[in-house]
Amino acid sequence: MIVNEPTCASAAGTAPRETFVLNLGPQHPATHGVLRVKMTMDGEYVLRAEPVCGYIHRMQEKMGENRTYAQYLPNTSRIDYLSAMTYTHGFVGAVERAARIVVPPRAEYIRVITSELNRISSHLVWWGAFLLDLGGFTPLLYAFDDREMILDLLEGITGARLTYCYYRFGGLYNDVDEAFLRGARQFVLHMRPRLKMYRALVTENIILRKRLIGIGPISAELCRKYGATGPVVRGSGVAYDVRKAEPYSVYRELDFDIPAFPEGDSMARYLVRMEEMAQSLRIIEQALDKLPDGPVMAEKVPRVLKLPAGDYCYAVEAARGRFMVRLVSDNKEIPYRVKLRTPCLSNLSLFEEASRGMLLADALALLGSLDMVIPDIDR
Amino acid sequence: MRALFSKLITFLGTEPYRLVVALLAIVGFVALNAAYLVWVERKAAGRFQRRPGPTEVGPAGLLQPVADGLKLMAKQLIVPAGADATLFRAAPLLVMAPVLMGLAVIPFGPGLAARNLNVGLLMIFALGSINVMALMVGGWSSRNKYAMMSAARVVSQNVAYEIPMLLVVITMIMATGTTDLRQIVLQQAGPFWHWNLFRVWVNPLMPVTFLIFYICMLEETNRAPFDMAEAESELVAGAYTEYGGMGFGVFFMAEYANIVLGCSLATVLFLGGWQRPFGLLPGLLWFLIKMYFLVFSVVWVRWTFPRTQFYRLLNLSWKLLIPASLFTLILSAAMIKILRALS
Repeated sequence: MIVNEPTCASAAGTAPRETFVLNLGPQHPATHGVLRVKMTMDGEYVLRAEPVCGYIHRMQEKMGENRTYAQYLPNTSRIDYLSAMTYTHGFVGAVERAARIVVPPRAEYIRVITSELNRISSHLVWWGAFLLDLGGFTPLLYAFDDREMILDLLEGITGARLTYCYYRFGGLYNDVDEAFLRGARQFVLHMRPRLKMYRALVTENIILRKRLIGIGPISAELCRKYGATGPVVRGSGVAYDVRKAEPYSVYRELDFDIPAFPEGDSMARYLVRMEEMAQSLRIIEQALDKLPDGPVMAEKVPRVLKLPAGDYCYAVEAARGRFMVRLVSDNKEIPYRVKLRTPCLSNLSLFEEASRGMLLADALALLGSLDMVIPDIDR
Repeated sequence: MRALFSKLITFLGTEPYRLVVALLAIVGFVALNAAYLVWVERKAAGRFQRRPGPTEVGPAGLLQPVADGLKLMAKQLIVPAGADATLFRAAPLLVMAPVLMGLAVIPFGPGLAARNLNVGLLMIFALGSINVMALMVGGWSSRNKYAMMSAARVVSQNVAYEIPMLLVVITMIMATGTTDLRQIVLQQAGPFWHWNLFRVWVNPLMPVTFLIFYICMLEETNRAPFDMAEAESELVAGAYTEYGGMGFGVFFMAEYANIVLGCSLATVLFLGGWQRPFGLLPGLLWFLIKMYFLVFSVVWVRWTFPRTQFYRLLNLSWKLLIPASLFTLILSAAMIKILRALS
């Protein structure tokens, strides 16, 4: 439903137009980091928005190529700092696949629980920041209130609040304790009514709906063109999720849905993430019920890993989409090549085409709904 | 001593001195309000957001506005290179001055107005229009693209919203038959259903008229959800982007002074000014209670709703508020005619 959509009169070429370049960022409240967007504007209309990346480039891939696998492991928490667990999972998974390490089931279940907790905390940050972009200040603080519970839980078992580095080749750094299991259950019970409250207070707010419904449509075709994944592609009606498409870990044994909304507008992407939080709660609950006893570390994992020569890939579903690690090994302690396929770069790439002819405020809402983490773009 | 004091009072009561004292009082009132409404806003926002708000400076953070003011005053006034220095410096003053002058005709209590003009209502709106010009001047002279876009927004937004606001005011002038704010309040004497807000026999849609006035007031003061001029996530700080130190401080104070003026006007026009709903407390206190209740609601709205889009804001005015206010205008004109014919 598109109501009162503005038409870009002068962009249609009827009047001689005077354009100017608006340099959005690298320091701008709406980019949430050092992203710079060079916008060619016609008044308030965006004619062309060209993202300029690289302000926080840290050569993550190159770093992987001159240190051992274990030395590189902490780096994976720092690519997308909001979903550190899943990113570590991607790297650890690739190494385990290459070295043929079998991870004990308890470790896999705990990996799922912590990854899903991490996904919820990441979506909560997005939710708060996105509403901040839309000019609603209060939800951020509510979101951080809930996120605090997750961070406390994860801090209890990993010792860190953001960059966990909890997974190790063959299992986990340590086993979870009773306090964590109890806390995770409590969190599920706490979060469900909160999500209901957020729906009543925010999702159904008339101003928010008017700002999101019909704004910034992204077609499935556009997503395919730029390789967009995660909530962006699911908001365009394609129910692609690595957890279902190429099930890893123990996701095959858990029952959950992949929310997808066909509208493709900012509202669809919003709803996908809100629904995903509910699905993550379902996954956590089931995984807690099924959690087997046993060790959390595979036996006989060599201290210095030498992967057999070859080319290995492992993909996980991070909070922002498909994160894939490709390792090329030439049978040395140090990988020949580490390729990180991060979702934010692909998701950002479609911004230029999707934002053409939009109003500045709507374009920034679209940018917010893509959920950018800048270090993930630049790596 | 006592005699001296009463002599001083009578001396200050004579005309030219009385005006100076009253205007000084208004400046003090505005400064105090601006400073402490920031504190109220921050405290209220804190409560809405499950956090305590300022607590460090002074008891309950009460000295925070003083600290902020000192910091702003100590900062260098920077005029950006290439900016129109005169206009750039003049803009904050142009924002502040009309509010102070507007408050001069507001009757805070019986006989408590700096100047009682028989065209007080008109004067407030005449001066209020300067506010738009000042923001535009500020945005335009800073030579900044964000400020420029903000200036363009301010103009179209204020044009759109002054129309329904003035239509509402005309409705009120027709209903009361005067532009003298003191007379308007005096007419609303008696129990609270004599307040203009409840005068449904003159205009059955009086609460709607009040709502239109309230929305327009939110908009005229550039408050969320209509803070297009200062849309933080789009235009950084809009027209204020290049202002630092007290230049920004004065803009900031003017925003709160504008809220006070708008809420005072709403109190006078609709909520019976200093008239008390029941016979407790002096009139001035009742005026302040009503006004601060409205001020609080303005704060409440800001921390509850997200911002609208710019074109929806204009649509709301041109497609909804202007027709609605025209309708209430015609309706109350007809009702007044009918009432007069009947009596």
